[in-house]
Amino acid sequence: MEATATETTAETSIEAVAQATATGTADLDPEAITLDCQAEKIFYGDFLAVRDSHVPIARNQITGFIGPSGCGKSTVLKSINRMNDLIPGFRFMGKVYFHGMDIYDKKVDPVAVRRNIGMVFQQPNPFSMSIYENVAFGLRLNRFKGNMDEKVEKALRGAALWDEVKDKLKNNGLSLSGGQQQRLCIARAIATEPRVLLMDEPCSALDPIATRQIEELMVQLKERFTVAIVTHNMQQAMRVADQTAFFAVDISRGGRTGYLVEMGATKELFANPQEQLTKDYLHGEFS
Amino acid sequence: MAEYNSLQRSQSISKPPTAGDMLANRAFRVLTLVFTWSIVLLLAYILYKIGGRAIPAVKEYGLGMLVGTTWDVNARTFGILPEIWGTLYSSLLALILGGFFGVSIAIFLTQNFLPRILETILRSIIELLAAIPSVVYGLWGIFVLIPIIRPVADFFNTHFSWIPFFSTSLSGPGMFPAALVLSIMILPTVAAISQDAFRAIPHKITEAAYGMGTTRWEAILRVMLPTAAGGIFGALVLGLGRALGETMALAMLVGNSNQISLSVFAPANTLAALLALNFPEAGDTEISVLMFAACVLLLITLLVNMLGALIINKTGIKR
Ligand SMILES: Nc1ncnc2c1ncn2[C@@H]1O[C@H](COP(=O)(O)OP(=O)(O)OP(=O)(O)O)[C@@H](O)[C@H]1O
Ligand SMILES: [Mg+2]
Repeated sequence: MEATATETTAETSIEAVAQATATGTADLDPEAITLDCQAEKIFYGDFLAVRDSHVPIARNQITGFIGPSGCGKSTVLKSINRMNDLIPGFRFMGKVYFHGMDIYDKKVDPVAVRRNIGMVFQQPNPFSMSIYENVAFGLRLNRFKGNMDEKVEKALRGAALWDEVKDKLKNNGLSLSGGQQQRLCIARAIATEPRVLLMDEPCSALDPIATRQIEELMVQLKERFTVAIVTHNMQQAMRVADQTAFFAVDISRGGRTGYLVEMGATKELFANPQEQLTKDYLHGEFS
Repeated sequence: MAEYNSLQRSQSISKPPTAGDMLANRAFRVLTLVFTWSIVLLLAYILYKIGGRAIPAVKEYGLGMLVGTTWDVNARTFGILPEIWGTLYSSLLALILGGFFGVSIAIFLTQNFLPRILETILRSIIELLAAIPSVVYGLWGIFVLIPIIRPVADFFNTHFSWIPFFSTSLSGPGMFPAALVLSIMILPTVAAISQDAFRAIPHKITEAAYGMGTTRWEAILRVMLPTAAGGIFGALVLGLGRALGETMALAMLVGNSNQISLSVFAPANTLAALLALNFPEAGDTEISVLMFAACVLLLITLLVNMLGALIINKTGIKR
C-alpha cells in the first residue's frame, strides 16, 4: 500500500470529518450508543496525534477501527478507558460520554472508568501468577464475595479456554502458549463483566487458528458486552465488525495527525466507501 | 566443499570470516576460560589454606567448639556458639529492617511517585551509602546513634520488659545499634537490586494492571511486588550475605560479649568481630581456633546463598 494514499490536504480532511460525523451517527439509533467518543484533539506532549474524531460505539455491537499504521487508532481506543493517563504529557481534549457521563470530567475517577471499560492489549500480558489467579484478579480487586470458582470457570469458558486449562488452573499463566495467553487475558477482562471491552489488535501475535477462535469469541461476546476492536486485518474487520471506523494520517500541517475519515456499517463502508481516501486504502488492501 | 567455494566466490559483500577472525575468536574464548577457572582455583586455594590451618583445632577440641559457650584463652576453652548466634541474630534483624526499607525505597523510586530528576538524585544518594567505609559507620554508631536510641531503648525496657526482646537495658554497644547500622549498610544493596527488579517489569504488565482498574497501591501490591518477587528475593539474599560477613562496624558496636540473649539491647558478639579482634594477639592454638571460626562463617554464608538459590528454583520465582 502506498503511504500517499492515506495522506491528504487540510480541506478534504475537514470535509471528510464533517461527513464522517454525519454518516457515523446517522446510522445509529442514539439510544443504542453506549459510548460516544468525541475526540477534538489528542496530544502527546506538543505532538498532536489525533484530531476531530467522533466515534460513537453502539451497544452489543462490534466496532472496528481500521487505518494505516500510526494514524492514532490505539491512541483513540486507549483514550476511551483513560489508559493513556499513564503516559506523561498525554492530553485529551474533547469528551467521551459513557452512559451520558463524560469520563474526562474532573469528578470522574479513571480507576472506576477502567473497571467498567475493560481492555485487551496487542501483546498477551498475563500476570506472573496462576491461571486461576489471573482470572480471579479483577474479582478480588472488586471485592467479589460470591462463588469465585464458578465465576472463574464462566470467564474461562467465555474465552474458549476452559477445556484446555481446566486441569492445570494452578500453573503459571505465562506457561501457556501465546494464543492461550491472549484468551486468558480476555477471560481476565470479562470475568468482572465490564460493560465495554476494548481490544487493541488482539490477534496480531496469534496464528490463524487462534485468530479464528478469538473472532468467534468476539461474536459471542457482543451478546453480553459492547466491543471495540483495532485491527490491521481487513478480512477480520469484515468478518466481525458491525460498524467500522476508518482513520488516516493528515500530514498537511507539518505534523502527522490522525483523524477519522469515515465511519459506517461495515458492509456499507467496504462496499460503498464515501471518501476517495477510504477507497484507495481498501483498494490497496484488496488488490 | 564445492558449495563452500561457490559461496566464497559470490558477488555478495558478505564473506566467510578470515583465518585471523577465527584465531581472534579462539584466543578470546581461551582467555575467558582461563580467567573463569583461575577464580575457581583461587577460591579452592583459600578454602584449602584456611581449612588446613583449622585442622589442629578440630583435632584438639573437636566439634564441641560449635556448641561451647565460653571463650577463655588462659583456660584454653574455646566455644563459638554465642558468636554463631550473634552473627545470625544481627544479620536477621538487619535483614528485616534493611529489607523493609530497601524494598519500600525501591517502590518509591520506581513507581512514578517522583519526577524523574528527583528519582535519579535520590537513587545516587542511596548508592552513596555503600561508599561510606565500615569504620565510619562504626564511629557514627558509637557517637551518634547509640546516644539517640538510648532513651528509646530505656522506654521499651521499662514498659515492655516482659517481652523477651526488650528484657535488658541498653548500656551502650549492643545488638540493636549493631543491627541498625548493619541494616543501613545493606540498604543500598537491597534497594539497588530491588529497583532493578521493579524496572525490569515490562510496561505491558503495568498496563495490564492499570487496565484492570487497579489504583496505584493495588497495582504495586497485587502485581508489581509478585512480579518482582524473584529479583527482590535475590536482593535480600545478597543483603543477608553482606550482613553475615560485615566486620568492622560490628566489632565496634556489638559489645563483644560472649552471651546468648534474645534481648536486642544486650551486648553480643559475631564471628567476624571475633576474628577481627582476636587475631592480633593470638597464639598458635588460638589462630587455629579462629581459622575454624572463619570456616564456620564461610559455611554459613555459603549455606545462605545455596538456600536462596534453592528457594528460587523450587518456588519458580521468575527473575
Ligand atoms: N506514548 C507516546 N508518546 C508519544 N507519541 C506517541 C505515543 N504513542 C503513540 N504516539 C504517536 O501517536 C501517533 C499515533 O499512534 P498510535 O499508536 O495511536 O497509532 P496506531 O494507529 O495504533 O498505529 P499501529 O497501527 O501501528 O498500532 C503516532 O504518530 C505515534 O508516534
Ligand atoms: Mg496501535
